[in-house]
Amino acid sequence: MFEIVIISGKGGTGKTTVAASIAVLEKDNSVIADCDVDAANMHLLLKPDRSKKEKYFSGKTAVIHANNCTACGKCAEVCEFDAVLVKDGIYSIDPFFCEGCGYCARVCPDNAIEMLDADSGYLFESVTRIGSPMAHARLHPAADNSGKLVAEVKNRAKRMAAESAKEYIIVDGAPGIGCPVISSLAGASYVILVTEPSTAALHDLKRLVALLQKFKLKAGCLINKAELHPEMVQQIIQYLEKEKIDLLGILPFDQAFPDAIAAAKAVVETNEHMKKLMASIWENTKSKLKAV
Amino acid sequence: MKIAFTATAPDWSALIDPRFGRAAYLMVYDEETDTLKTIDNNDIRQAEHGAGVAMAQKLFETGAQVLITGNGPGDSAMKALNKMSLQIVTGMYDISLQKAYQHYLEQNK
Amino acid sequence: MDKNRTYRIAVASGKGGTGKTLVATNLADMWSVDRELLLVDLDVEEPNDALFLSVVPEPAQTQFKMIPEWNSDRCTLCDICTEVCNFNAIARMGEYIIVFEELCHSCYACSGLCPTDALPMKPRRMGELQIAKREQFYFIEGRLDIGQEQAVPMIRKVIQTVDKRQDIPDLQLFDCPPGTSCPVVNAVHTADLVILVTEPTAFGLNDLQLAVETMRSMNKEMGVVINRDGIGDDAVQRWCDASGIEVIATIPYDSQLAYAYAKGKLSWKTNSRLREALEEIIAYVSEKMKTHV
Repeated sequence: MFEIVIISGKGGTGKTTVAASIAVLEKDNSVIADCDVDAANMHLLLKPDRSKKEKYFSGKTAVIHANNCTACGKCAEVCEFDAVLVKDGIYSIDPFFCEGCGYCARVCPDNAIEMLDADSGYLFESVTRIGSPMAHARLHPAADNSGKLVAEVKNRAKRMAAESAKEYIIVDGAPGIGCPVISSLAGASYVILVTEPSTAALHDLKRLVALLQKFKLKAGCLINKAELHPEMVQQIIQYLEKEKIDLLGILPFDQAFPDAIAAAKAVVETNEHMKKLMASIWENTKSKLKAV
Repeated sequence: MKIAFTATAPDWSALIDPRFGRAAYLMVYDEETDTLKTIDNNDIRQAEHGAGVAMAQKLFETGAQVLITGNGPGDSAMKALNKMSLQIVTGMYDISLQKAYQHYLEQNK
Repeated sequence: MDKNRTYRIAVASGKGGTGKTLVATNLADMWSVDRELLLVDLDVEEPNDALFLSVVPEPAQTQFKMIPEWNSDRCTLCDICTEVCNFNAIARMGEYIIVFEELCHSCYACSGLCPTDALPMKPRRMGELQIAKREQFYFIEGRLDIGQEQAVPMIRKVIQTVDKRQDIPDLQLFDCPPGTSCPVVNAVHTADLVILVTEPTAFGLNDLQLAVETMRSMNKEMGVVINRDGIGDDAVQRWCDASGIEVIATIPYDSQLAYAYAKGKLSWKTNSRLREALEEIIAYVSEKMKTHV
């Protein structure tokens, strides 16, 4: 089983489009894991049926039981996050600002504060419109993606891949360089970095490469929207050579991409030229992957 | 000597879990008594943040001198592990505990 | 500063890459020709606004967060601290207590509950705050150091600074981090009006819907700006109409805007269609400000 993890650092570089395209090209032999839970978009292209749905709890949140509360104000005194609200002498917790540290519950002399598991969203196991299995999640507003949630999504994808004997797990990774992206990378067979020639994207690419080198992961890079800044494309290519990252391919800045999204399809389903380009990028990736 | 493994299941034939903090099991082999001890890591795996740190503390408590794993601990966990004299063997991917242990013995003859 | 007269506009977006920074920087720069205003870059993990602005910064101010520091002489190794920390930010390795700065949320629980005062809170650097000024244009940016993972403490510091400073204009534009999670909630918390920047694609609509849900649960007044109009369809416009959310302006897609943006340049002076859209935003906000108490 091979785990292909697609990451980008900066948003809007086309990471999900690339992941969805590979999922379509390899539809009979792959499972999809959407770990970009903060801005999950894969479901728009692949229409998973959400046939299995579980509640997801993460972290803690404080709740004040009004009948035990004597309005002594100790909780508000210790809370560093301004999460204790007082209205007409009644104390309550603003769940948006509660960080779940539990300090208030520990100092409350009347045991009026309870720390509850925070209901943070849903985990799904689905079959997509292209017939492949998919694991994904949806968070409530103000809930954060975390290493734990990414691990939960990936574990489900792995189990589904084993059950249906699929060779590839296509992981749409978390953005940024924090805990969720590290969790996305755990167990990766190969990492595809999707970037674009802009100052902000290059900056993020360098931070990701440093992370990959720390975990000694094999990686290749795909440069999207090449016409945005042709000189910077050259700069990125030189950078990749220096860091020994495979150049998997270059994609144009083309109307075919937004058109495909508007049609709720992967670009390889709507545009023959892009299909050829993506297919060669994917073949390239597979040969690098198996060249160990 | 005690050798610790991050494992996907609690036996010698199970694969090494590439993750540290969120590994399914921590297994500790005691060479003197020839026993393999299972530590279920379910509680730590459920931690939203800081799983690596909690795992480091757990590993310390086992008294292991060697850790055989995949990706290796992250920065925070390493900071904790530096307080113990621990040899860390990383890069053990898609390989059973048994084979990883033999590999370790060959490398450390 | 008279608090009642300040008017705060948060520029936010459900997903990254929709043009939030393009709107915030061009809007602030153009509007500052007519009146004093402040632009605040609250995307503290990736603050990019300054790349587009020609402003001269005052010396950077180092920002700190409070982290417990272990005092081994006072410690009795009672384990209360490791037990109370809900973030796994303290571990005991034998006779050592180790504090993990990047996991610590500065909640003070371990410090306050330690029976022997062995974990006093000490300031630790998390990043920098930069203030700059050019004629009527004021700019503040928060920037987390590389390796710092928690955006919320820095965002709160920047907003506290804006609240405290006396010499700051009462019209304030906050460029928020993307998404709908804690950093955004903190960034828009004090805003009088939220402008959501989106694009006319299925991705844009999906993320806009999540952002609107978040803003509604916070009782925020909001309007939408559609960027790159023409690349997709009218589903965003139709959804906004059906949901009673005003589309304040649309910015037509123009490859020149994308090129200028990739190179770090502002476009309002050279691109008349962007300028028209920004004028619509200014008119809309000015109207809102009149009725603001």
